[in-house]
Amino acid sequence: MTKNINVTVNGTQHTLEVEPRLLLVHMIREVLNMTGTHIGCDTSSCGACTILLDGKSIKSCTVLAVQANGKSITTIEGLAPEGGPLHPLQEGFKENHGLHCGFCTPGMIMRAHELLENNPNPTEDEIRWGIAGNLCRCTGYNNIVKAIQWAGCKMRGEETPSTEPEFV
Amino acid sequence: MIAQSFQYESPGSLQEAIELLNKHGEDAKILSGGHSLIPMMKLRFATPATVIDINGIPGLSYIKEENGIVHIGALVREAELEHSELLAKMFPLFKDVTKLIADPQVRNMGTLGGNLAHGDAANDHPAVMLALRASVIITGADGEREVPIDEFFFGFYMTAIQQGEILTEIRLPVPAKGTGSAYHKLERKVGDYATAGVAVQITLDESGVVTAAGIGLTNVNPVPLRAERSEQALIGKPLSDETIALAAQYASEDCSPSSDLRGSEEYKRHVTGVLVKRMILKAAERASN
Repeated sequence: MTKNINVTVNGTQHTLEVEPRLLLVHMIREVLNMTGTHIGCDTSSCGACTILLDGKSIKSCTVLAVQANGKSITTIEGLAPEGGPLHPLQEGFKENHGLHCGFCTPGMIMRAHELLENNPNPTEDEIRWGIAGNLCRCTGYNNIVKAIQWAGCKMRGEETPSTEPEFV
Repeated sequence: MIAQSFQYESPGSLQEAIELLNKHGEDAKILSGGHSLIPMMKLRFATPATVIDINGIPGLSYIKEENGIVHIGALVREAELEHSELLAKMFPLFKDVTKLIADPQVRNMGTLGGNLAHGDAANDHPAVMLALRASVIITGADGEREVPIDEFFFGFYMTAIQQGEILTEIRLPVPAKGTGSAYHKLERKVGDYATAGVAVQITLDESGVVTAAGIGLTNVNPVPLRAERSEQALIGKPLSDETIALAAQYASEDCSPSSDLRGSEEYKRHVTGVLVKRMILKAAERASN
């Protein structure tokens, strides 16, 4: 009882034969071997599985692979060319220490991508509400917010804030 | 977690979807946003033999005003409700409620129709629809029928939608001049279901007398509850501390919350009263703007 689906993944078209019950996150990780997208809670809470479906950030553990038929998805692997320069969001997380273990990071970055697309100059409050669907157990979120603000600056062509630590 | 195997259908028209529903009967579930259904299927709380994905049906996603009624297609996503200027102007409580439903990713998939059709008093839109005195359009093989929201919710996961039918549209009467609305829910953390939630729409005439009031309660009753005694305490009188306090007290008494991890019954009754008071005040303030 399988279905044939056509999904564009990071610009490449794939034709796959899948069971209807195959989750989109399992299609990405296990069928396509792209393990940048993570499964954190598997109960739609943590957002580690966040990818873009036709440009909208969604939790891929709560969507069936068959729902992506005829659509286009972008995962963390698709943000920057292989071996090429980092996407401003990736650079921002690196420069601003926006991660410790990195498990939430791909989901955070994909969510931030849609956030900045819809709102290129968000306030801190808008960023914090904007990542409400992404949980981080390590960082306490402050550097994640800084990373997103930094990336926003770079993407707007403005000078990025200093990444030197503040001494209090 | 992995759902039990099922057959997947993706009809391209409403007619096809209804035929499939009639063919499969009780063994079929509709897939809309999927953010209530799929989590349940992953936990195997729901094991439909057939899943009918209605996302490919055209013409079910719109927000438009016609002859004093706002029509919202059942497939409109929560994110679209959140950013609709038409809704923000007439029904300020939509901005309140959508911000409190789950999170941005869930709101990109979740639909208004699905939120109502699921029949869960823990969802936020039922109380909103009660406050706005909405009606829903249910479509089956024999055509459409309109059901007022007060006749829509019957029990846990039970609504007026019969087998072979799909909720296709939500209708909201355009509010009269001097109307304001507000929604808030107390939650343990961002994205949680409500410990208690209250939706209020209120209309005041030039002298400050309440001419209409709708108050809906979230997750403090087995079925989404209209705080009818509270509404009656307000209507026909000038809005005052006394009438507001009465409305809050009645709501607190008339709901039937269950004690759980979100709080004891007593605590939830208390919170309901507090939120009723606050939302009446907020809605009234917006009514005067």
